[in-house]
Formats: sequence, structure tokens, C-alpha cells
Amino acid sequence: MPTLAEHASQSTPAAVHESGRADFISVRDFNFFYGKKQALFDINMDIPEKQVTAFIGPSGCGKSTLLRNFNRMNELIEGVHHSGEIQLVGKSIFDRNVEVIALRRTIGMVFQKSNPFPKSIYENVVYALRISGQTKKSLLDDCVERSLRGAALWDEVKDRLHESALGLSGGQMQRLCIARAIANRPKVLLMDEPCSALDPIATVKVEELIRELKQEFTIIIVTHNMQQATRCSDRTAFFYLGKLVEYDNTHKIFSNPSEKKTEDYITGRFG
Amino acid sequence: MDNIGTHSLDFFKTDKHEASRALSRSLQNRFLTLLCIALSLATLVPLVSIVILVLKNGLPLLSLHIFTELPPAAGMAGGGFGNAIIGTLVMVGIALAIAAPVGILSAIYINEYAPISRLAKTVRLVAKLLTGIPSIICGVFAFAIVVMRTGYFSAYAGGVALAVLMLPTILLTAEQALTGVQSAYREASYGLGATRFQTIIRVVLPDALPAIMTGIMLAVARAAGETAPLIFTALFSQYWANSLSEPTASLSVLIYNFSTVPFPHQIQMAWTASLVLVAFVTAANIIAQTAFSRKH
Repeated sequence: MPTLAEHASQSTPAAVHESGRADFISVRDFNFFYGKKQALFDINMDIPEKQVTAFIGPSGCGKSTLLRNFNRMNELIEGVHHSGEIQLVGKSIFDRNVEVIALRRTIGMVFQKSNPFPKSIYENVVYALRISGQTKKSLLDDCVERSLRGAALWDEVKDRLHESALGLSGGQMQRLCIARAIANRPKVLLMDEPCSALDPIATVKVEELIRELKQEFTIIIVTHNMQQATRCSDRTAFFYLGKLVEYDNTHKIFSNPSEKKTEDYITGRFG
Repeated sequence: MDNIGTHSLDFFKTDKHEASRALSRSLQNRFLTLLCIALSLATLVPLVSIVILVLKNGLPLLSLHIFTELPPAAGMAGGGFGNAIIGTLVMVGIALAIAAPVGILSAIYINEYAPISRLAKTVRLVAKLLTGIPSIICGVFAFAIVVMRTGYFSAYAGGVALAVLMLPTILLTAEQALTGVQSAYREASYGLGATRFQTIIRVVLPDALPAIMTGIMLAVARAAGETAPLIFTALFSQYWANSLSEPTASLSVLIYNFSTVPFPHQIQMAWTASLVLVAFVTAANIIAQTAFSRKH
């Protein structure tokens, strides 16, 4: 498996934006099980800060499973267990002192199917603040504007903040979910196939947004769309059958992959 | 159908046998459609005839003082059944105050906290069995645990009997309502760092509330019409109730009492009470079906 150092010299357009630490999230010898079935095998990877990392691979390869371990969403499923370690800025996320509630506020998530609550646009955005007990109106108002602007949705909805979020279009709903996730000011944003239910125009908007958001957030995106990975990610990890096959700069993965399996997948020979 | 391969491209070319089969299929189809329509109409017959009968017999005595006066003594004319209307409302209210919190909280536990635990499975099974218990058994039960203990018939004994009757309906419909809440909402809430309690209070319950209310109204409608549980527990009273711990009149027991006496005026009054009860139950059902239906 290629290492980080091997490609440090590789200069690619996508990797120009380089800031923060390279091992913002680090995964060490990570195994994950659904009951007796092992879904992830010995994953080792470092995810850099304020960059977009794409997880690609055929269905069932474990990319979503790994993503959902970063904010411990998998713990909502009965009978799962893991071995190994995931660290955020050097601290284990599985440590007994880590409150899962706090972890999820630090690591936000956007889901495959946009899932705004059946509440107003305003209430959707401030949900995270409400559950942490914030009631100050001016603070909530500020948060709504900042988050909606951050998600490039403000201009489209500023006149109907108190209408139901369910009246928005599919693309707007997904950007609302992004606004809701960044309202918490998380450090990391996990995106589980955020565009798979969107039309091409809405997809372009969300992708533009992802490129902008990496100024502020570390983004990990699971995608089935390889063009999407090339368009908006700096680094790409290819998973197959629960194993991390190759992890490198996106440009390298798509132009000159080291592994035969990766090449077969990105050229459409399977998957 | 061996030669389907050679014929498959020629859709409209059919032989004689095929044509007659097609005709018989079409006739069969039409016959079954008509049968379904006829049987659907037949289900309307009982309801419509009940409404017509009750209106025809109950309307003549319907007036304002029927709601404000006490029942007439045997053989006497005039009077009303205000105490029975209030008694029914009070006892259904007591039943609701007991059954709604227990039912809804149990439903939350077995759906949100421990859906596949042994306790949840047991509660679900028991609730289903309880729906099949005859209402008179609920009356006997409340008689044993309340009336025999306290030594007198009372409104709260009636309320307990009706609560036992309502509980499984409320619990099961509330559980179904909670199951109907999209798991994507729960996921979103947990993903934003909400606790389970916050998720239930802020996301799950508001979304399930219309369906839970429907279940409650259906339970109310059923309990309001029950006679057997009340005969054992609240009995009846000719007078206005001063407290919850004395025999209390109800519409259903009044109908039962007055329809078995040989006085034409009392029998008339039983019809009018039936009309009021049917109107009450129908109103509760309509509210359940419409007012709380999901808006989205």
C-alpha cells in the first residue's frame, strides 16, 4: 500500500490547498463487526485537516461503515463491535471520557437522503443549538443566517425562514441539511453520498459548496460517483470488500493508480 | 402455450380458443368487480339503518332541558339525563387520565428504548391479548380491585374499568404511530448530537402526535359506549354527582335501564339518550379521522 510520504513530492492541482495537520483523523488497525460478520479489516489511514477526502468503492465495501464510525453513529445498531483505534487530533474517540454527544457535535454528518425535520427552515438550522439549551433569539438568528449563507442557501430562503422545510426542492433540502450540520460549528463534516438523490444541477451546487466548505472544515465524503470524487476531493481512498486498497492524492488515484484493483474499478471493469 | 415463441411477436393474432378464453376472463373480471361493489354497499346498511332508527325514535324528545334535567322517576313524564351525560364525560375523562400516559409511555419504551427486548415483546403480546378481553371482564376486574376494596360504587371505579378497556388500543396505536416516524429523522437528530430523550421529545413525538391522538379518540369513542364495565363499577344514580366516590349515572347504563322498563316515556328517553351517545361517538370518530390526520 502506498504511504503518505511516497506521494508528498507529487504535485497535483487538487493538492495545492494544504493546511493543518496531516493526521487530523487517524485510523489504526481498525476492524469492525456487525455481529459475527466482519465489515472492515485492518484499516490504517490518516485524514488531513481542512481537505476533502473521498471514499470510493463498490456497494458493501465498507466505506459508509467507516464513515459512520467517525461519529460513532454505528453504535445505534445492536450487536456491533470494533477493535483498533480512531483518533481525532491525537485523542481516541472511543475513550471512556469522550461523550458521544459531544463527539457528534464536533463531527457533523450529512446523510444520503436529505432528512430535514418536518419543522420550519429556521427550526431545522437551530436544532443543534436548541438541544444544547440555547434560547437567546439574537444568537439563534445569527446562527441561521451564518449557516444558511455557509450552505449557499440564504438568498433562496431568507424570505421564508418560518415555512416548512419540506416545501424545499431536493437540492435545497440537502443544502439545508448541510446548513444544519455546520450550525454546530463542527470540525469535521461527514457526507454519506450527499448527492446520490439529487439532479445534476443540484449536484453541481453541492459540489461547489463542498469545495468552499473545506476552507473551514475537514470533509470526508462517501461517493459512488467517481467524477464527483475527482471534481471535489483532494485525496481519495478506494475500499474493496472491507479493506482499504489504495489511498492517495485524488489526481494520482485517477491518473496512475498503484493497485490493479483500483485501476479496474475506476475504469469501470467491475463495481 | 408451447408455441408462444413463434407467436410472441404477433400480439393481435389470436385463434378462436384464445378469443373465447379472453371473453370468459373479461366476464369473470366484471362479475367480481360487481360483487365487490355490492358487498361494499352492504357494509353501509347496518350503520345507515342504526342512524335512521335512532334519529326517528330519538328526535321527538330531543330538547334543551334533556341536557339539563335529572331523569324522571318511574312512570313520570318530563325530565332529562344531564347527570348521565356528565357522568359519561367524567368517567371517560378519568379513564383517559389513567390510560393515555401509561399507554403512550409504554409505547415509547417498547418502540424507542428497547424494541427487541423480552419486556417489549411481552408488553406487545399482552396488549394484543387485552384487546380481545370482553368488556364485562374489565368491569368485573375493576369491581374486584376498586369497588370491593372501597365498599361502594363510584365514578373512579368506572374510570378504572374503562381505562383497562382503553389501554391496549392507545398503546398499540401509539406504538404504530412511533414506528411510522421515519428513522431518517432520528438519525439526523442523533447525528447533531441530541440525546435519545431530546430526540423523542423534539422530533419523534411531534411527528407521531397526530396518529397518537387518532388512537386516543378511537379509544374514547369505544369506551363512551360501553355499558357492561360501568354496571359493575359506577352503577347508576338518579341524582347529580357530588363527588367521584359515589354511584354515578352514565348514558349507556341509562339506556340499558330505561329500555327495560314498561313505561313508554322512559323508553322514548332511552332512544333520545341513544341519539346523544351515537352523536358523541360519531363526533369523536370524525375528529379522530380528520382533525389529527397528518398534514404532510
